[in-house]
Amino acid sequence: MPIKLEIPTALRPFAGKQASIEFNASTVGEALRSLTTTYADLRKHLYTDDGRIRSFVNIYVNDEDIRYLEKENTPIKDGDTISIVPSIAGGRYR
Amino acid sequence: MATVTRTPAGAAAARTLSKEEILRYSRHLIMPEVGMEGQLKLARAKVLMIGAGGLGAPLGMYLAAAGVGRLGIVDFDVVDFTNLQRQVTFSTSDVGRPKLDAAKDRLSGLNPKIQIDTYTTRLTSQNALELFRDYDIIVDGTDNFPTRYLVNDACVLLGKPNVYGSIFRFEGQATIFNYPGGPCYRCLYPEPPPPGLVPSCAEGGVLGVLPGIVGSIQAMETIKLILGTGQPLAGRLLLFDALAMNFRELRLRKNPACPVCGLNPTVRELIDYEEFCGIRGEETPANAAGIPEITSRELKARLDRGDDLFILDVRETHEYQICNLNGHLIPLGELTRRVHELDSSREIVAHCRSGKRSADAVQFLLQAGFRKIWNLKGGILAWSDEVDPSVPKY
Repeated sequence: MPIKLEIPTALRPFAGKQASIEFNASTVGEALRSLTTTYADLRKHLYTDDGRIRSFVNIYVNDEDIRYLEKENTPIKDGDTISIVPSIAGGRYR
Repeated sequence: MATVTRTPAGAAAARTLSKEEILRYSRHLIMPEVGMEGQLKLARAKVLMIGAGGLGAPLGMYLAAAGVGRLGIVDFDVVDFTNLQRQVTFSTSDVGRPKLDAAKDRLSGLNPKIQIDTYTTRLTSQNALELFRDYDIIVDGTDNFPTRYLVNDACVLLGKPNVYGSIFRFEGQATIFNYPGGPCYRCLYPEPPPPGLVPSCAEGGVLGVLPGIVGSIQAMETIKLILGTGQPLAGRLLLFDALAMNFRELRLRKNPACPVCGLNPTVRELIDYEEFCGIRGEETPANAAGIPEITSRELKARLDRGDDLFILDVRETHEYQICNLNGHLIPLGELTRRVHELDSSREIVAHCRSGKRSADAVQFLLQAGFRKIWNLKGGILAWSDEVDPSVPKY
């Protein structure tokens, strides 16, 4: 059973409208690189120009924030779920 | 300028419940988890709601119904026709009234026994600390990033819990920030997204009932905090997907390096949040970036003259079905992939609903080498206002 990557609503238009994608990968970094290779439009939403994950996007493996694990080197195993959780404010952006 | 109006209620000091209140709250009182003691805690509680919109609607009504003794509400806005799809505190006859006038009428009608303080003002770094001081719990029902950070920082500086809820389209988030020992908003999101990267409700839309659900969750968490019962959402981010109808939970950790609530805080007073969110200087429309523009009237004149213009519509398919200018539809999210459909030797006018997405499209196309490209200023909304009023606005 591969790992599942949950795509937040705001990013689904850039990921072929999918809510959830399955991958084979052994680290979080590998899974995200796979994702942004398949869906190039996602790259600028997830990464800065110098290749770091944007600070208003949090990545979780199951229910743990990767900043408190091994960041992009966090190992993942079959059956794990990676969640991308961007900040949302609702309403008007001003 | 803040205007404060107070709806008087009984003194809070040696508070007992009247016979009428015992009857009103009987369904609370017969639960051991609430009882007389719990209802008195509610009567003594002071809750400040920031925002009387989509989240504020169910929140205000359920807190008033529950008998929260003092309810403050901050909102400077006026009821708009498009609010009625989700802001269920209001009636059609309230359109044009200040939201707080309408909300006060509704909530005091529901429960005349509570004190309702309305603050018709924008929340700013100059007034937040003073406004928050008198209240025990702050509930964040706002709709923009600068205010989210402002509310968070003020709560941390004053030591007050922040019952947070946010929504986008059909998903929501809820948690309690700054619960004693718990994380704050900046622990989760140290920095806001740059302007333009995350759509607003007006651009992204929202299922009306969604803030109804998330605002109700905020009301529930507020009441639990007051009663001291159950497991509060502190340290947990509740994620709700309305289409899948599922709830998930993620663990939130306090960040020891957080600039506001960490071990060595560097933010010890409120800052300029618009600047923090990169909005300072964005109040004037995008043309500071030098995007070539054409107005609706100019476009109409050129089309009438028979000029060969290619109209590019960068909205979504469902928007095209509401109204369109017969343009060639390439939704903005697909433009990178479908740019080959455009002929750079032709003159192209890009449009969207209000002119913002099409400005992004024009910027992208300029970088891709297109030279004969203009943004329709004000989008199809401006076309409806200035050229053809039969085109519906949405």
